[in-house]
Amino acid sequence: MQELLQYLFSGIANGAIYAVIALGFSMLYLATELINFAQGEFVMLGALSFVTFWTGFQLPLGLAFFLAVLVVAAFGVLFERLAIRPVRKPQPITLIIITVGASILLRGIGMLTWGKDSYSVPPFSHNEPLVIGGAALLPQSLWIVGIVLVLMVALQLFHKRTLTGKAMQACAIHRQAAWLLGIPSDLMALLAFVLSAVLGAVAGVIIAPITMCGYDMGTMLGLRGFCAAMLGGLGSTWGAVVGGFLLGILEALGVGYISSGIKDAIAFLLLLLILYARPSGILGTQAVHRF
Amino acid sequence: MKRSHVRTLIFLALVLGWGAFARNPYHLQLLAVIGVHTLLALGLNLLMGFAGQISLGHAAFYGIGAYASGVLTVHLGWSPWVAGPAALALAAAVALVVGLPTLRLTGYYLGMGTLGFGMIVYVLFREWSGLTGGASGLVGIPPLCLGPIELSSGRNGFWLIWLVVLANFLLCERLIDSRMGRALRAIHDSERAAAAVGVDTARLKVMVFVLSAVMAALAGFLYAHMMSFISPSSFDFMVSIRVVTMVVIGGMASVWGALFGAALLTMLPEWLHVFADYEMMVYGLILMVVMIFLPQGLTRGVMDLYERWQRSLDRSRPSAQS
Repeated sequence: MQELLQYLFSGIANGAIYAVIALGFSMLYLATELINFAQGEFVMLGALSFVTFWTGFQLPLGLAFFLAVLVVAAFGVLFERLAIRPVRKPQPITLIIITVGASILLRGIGMLTWGKDSYSVPPFSHNEPLVIGGAALLPQSLWIVGIVLVLMVALQLFHKRTLTGKAMQACAIHRQAAWLLGIPSDLMALLAFVLSAVLGAVAGVIIAPITMCGYDMGTMLGLRGFCAAMLGGLGSTWGAVVGGFLLGILEALGVGYISSGIKDAIAFLLLLLILYARPSGILGTQAVHRF
Repeated sequence: MKRSHVRTLIFLALVLGWGAFARNPYHLQLLAVIGVHTLLALGLNLLMGFAGQISLGHAAFYGIGAYASGVLTVHLGWSPWVAGPAALALAAAVALVVGLPTLRLTGYYLGMGTLGFGMIVYVLFREWSGLTGGASGLVGIPPLCLGPIELSSGRNGFWLIWLVVLANFLLCERLIDSRMGRALRAIHDSERAAAAVGVDTARLKVMVFVLSAVMAALAGFLYAHMMSFISPSSFDFMVSIRVVTMVVIGGMASVWGALFGAALLTMLPEWLHVFADYEMMVYGLILMVVMIFLPQGLTRGVMDLYERWQRSLDRSRPSAQS
């Protein structure tokens, strides 16, 4: 029982991070029907810039957090403007290779800027684990889950209550119709890109204290986040959240009860299962044939 | 004589010439690796270029060919000539089992299904250390021998690999011009229209998937016995992506494109060594720039540019006379 609780705690913290990354994928897919293989690299850039701002420049936590997110958002803008916008005939294969190229490029930039070493940062607050039912809960996990929940609520409010959010949803439903109604759909695509980069960066910042941060940390995180997005249903906000937590918890259980070696395989086994059984995901409603 | 025969002969002469005159063992090895990559790209090109089905997990079949043959020869002491066909059969069986459900998906979903499969196979290679040697790899794979002649390294290895490549080249060219090839291209243009005129699309897609998997496994088999050492990192996600890139950069739906893409992407890291730490950045940048500006691939893209230039010359000539 105590073991199970322990696995659940670590699963939920990881799951929250997958959920944020998955949300980035989903959001971008909704607005642009694009899958960004460089999403994991945004996580890496977020984590490493945070390391620099917080422990390198000794800035206050909040400011370092904000600046790290800002840096990644700038990368997002550049990426959309320079690499995605100029593509004349956007086909899945072309876009996949462009974003994979971008992820290699960003990894190269990360390696040049931060070198090949790994960094670790202290947790946001004190490091004494809370003991609940015999299982230890790191305060950082609480930070992670809290920040993710705030983020979810904010996104939901943005989509439902603001004009920009509604305009973005209109673009997701039918881009040309939205454009005819005077919604600047190009700008919305850019905004979606920036938001997904921001989500990646936030995931990077909050994961920084519980992992080793290096230039190559992003790829697997990105792919896992992607599996989470597919699991819940690509394009569904709550699906991303459900998929993220589900993946995190199942991974923790698999590592705990079977072996740590299969951790990397669990996400992809789930991905295959969901693709064969229900390609639209647990909460997805859209037809699979979107293109 | 048909034009394609002339091209094949020229290509054959070039390869033979290079093989006969290359003295440097490093060059021979590089050429052999290009051959292995060409084989991979040819197989994937059948699937992606002609049938229009993306696979982001092709390194899995490459790895299955290499590991199956490696494990059978190292642990069970089989002759490579028996282990090879067994490895190909295994790859075909796996491709059949995986292909049946996966190829029902389309677009990104198909990409993701194959990606997931590739990752699972990679994790298997890495974690099944009793059999595969785990992350540190499988060592001591015997070379291919024909009697006393060793066929795996040096010039002989080069001849063997390019002979196989040539055979597959001809196979692909014949296949594309056949009834099956036409049906595949019909699927590429519109799966529904193809089905409407009586093409059994589901069966054909699985067939071409299996064929391309067997070609990848053949490449893996040759690679394993040439290198005598394999490790999981030679078959990871990035390798799958690199094969896709070879096909796309070379130009899809062209067997020559596969050769060109494989040669270019094998040589590129060698040339990029001069950039040292910038190597990764430059590589990523090249991929992006080519795809943004020449989404048809380099061969087609450069040809288009050339034709446009010709046309603009034609247009400017009359005005100069008047």
